[in-house]
Amino acid sequence: MFNATVSAHDILFMLRGAAVTLGLTFWAVLGGTLLGVGFGLLRASLPGWPSLALGLILDIFRSVPLLIQIILANAFAPLVGIDLDGFTIACIVLAVYGAAYCTEIVRASVLAVPLATRRAARSLGMTWSDDLVAIVFPMALRVGLPGWIGLALGLMKDSSLVLWIGVIELLRAAQIVITRTQEPLLVLGVAGAIYFLISFPIARIGEWLERRWREQ
Amino acid sequence: MIEIQDVRKSFGPLEVLKGVSMNVERGEVVSVIGGSGSGKSTLLMCINGLEGIEGGRILVDGTDVHARGTNLNKLRRKIGIVFQQWNAFPHLTVLENVMLAPRRVLGKSRAEAEAIAIEKLTHVGLKDKLFGYPSRLSGGQQQRMAIARALAMSPDYMLFDEVTSALDPQLVGEVLDTMRMLSSEGMTMVVVTHEIRFARDVSNRVAFVHRGRIHEIGSPEQVINNPRRAETIEFLKSVR
Repeated sequence: MFNATVSAHDILFMLRGAAVTLGLTFWAVLGGTLLGVGFGLLRASLPGWPSLALGLILDIFRSVPLLIQIILANAFAPLVGIDLDGFTIACIVLAVYGAAYCTEIVRASVLAVPLATRRAARSLGMTWSDDLVAIVFPMALRVGLPGWIGLALGLMKDSSLVLWIGVIELLRAAQIVITRTQEPLLVLGVAGAIYFLISFPIARIGEWLERRWREQ
Repeated sequence: MIEIQDVRKSFGPLEVLKGVSMNVERGEVVSVIGGSGSGKSTLLMCINGLEGIEGGRILVDGTDVHARGTNLNKLRRKIGIVFQQWNAFPHLTVLENVMLAPRRVLGKSRAEAEAIAIEKLTHVGLKDKLFGYPSRLSGGQQQRMAIARALAMSPDYMLFDEVTSALDPQLVGEVLDTMRMLSSEGMTMVVVTHEIRFARDVSNRVAFVHRGRIHEIGSPEQVINNPRRAETIEFLKSVR
């Protein structure tokens, strides 16, 4: 009646799930980073309480479990008239969640650039934005990169939580195959290997950059 | 010409400058000496607008530094400053450190900026360090690089803020020699320093700052060799 072993078809099905995971990760990391850089710069340059207020709002997204955020967003979006598919909602929630973490990475990295160095830049007649682009960003990048890589890998794995709102990404695909084939160990092993293959290059690129920068 | 007129500056409740006045003519080297906390470094930061002031005014070639409409970025092009902490841009090579401002601020092409940077770095004796990173340089070399970086903007004035204070004693000489060279080329310089000998040998005038006021200003002969005020005599005794 049905074939109970893992077929090429199943693997293909899982790879399609992996593509969804990659898509989720891409948009979550991109959105989270852009928002995070903006918010992080605000947090590093705004005075006292506005910075604290922004930090407090973002703390909500850092403290409430991602699963709850995903389910709540999915439940409330239609109620307030937002008609989006699960994938888009998942990307948005993951991006905001990532942004909350990225903000703190950016804030800390920007504040790690010595004020004296920025003063030296300004004393040469460089504008605020010159200083930002030529001095602060490159120097902060070297401080923040390890944290950012960790965040990107975390978002990739956390993207599996969106299976609860019906997005068929890698882990959901694996579950479906398991239900049919009853081969949990093999299928989860394959899924794990795919997750690893996605993360590995990201981690290596980070390490390569760090090694290059250490020579300075 | 730099005209400092009755300048007052406070950090919170602490009044650092209590009405400082002095002029620096083109081509002149003025050394500012005084104990730590006397306000002499703050005075330098006020000259190029890195610090604001609460009273008085500072004119550079007739431009009021702290007036609302003043374009500080433009003004700073002609006022180079070198700090106590040498403040290299650590992610750029020595050459790139010096090229950065000519490219970004003056809009020079890569080739032009490179030519300027090589010329200035050669001038301060760092020709063989162009492609290394600042972290590979000694403190004295980093400080000379900082001088070259400021010179690359072809400034009319150079401000030096205790540039040898953070250096190992054996590295002080090379930096002072570079500054001597600049003064002999006619650069207008305001030098905040603890190097009394340098102040005496190189300056046209010496100003002694004590507790936010200029207590004595005049030729090195007068201020260093024949000080009149008790505070000056005491200070000179303490640094010798």
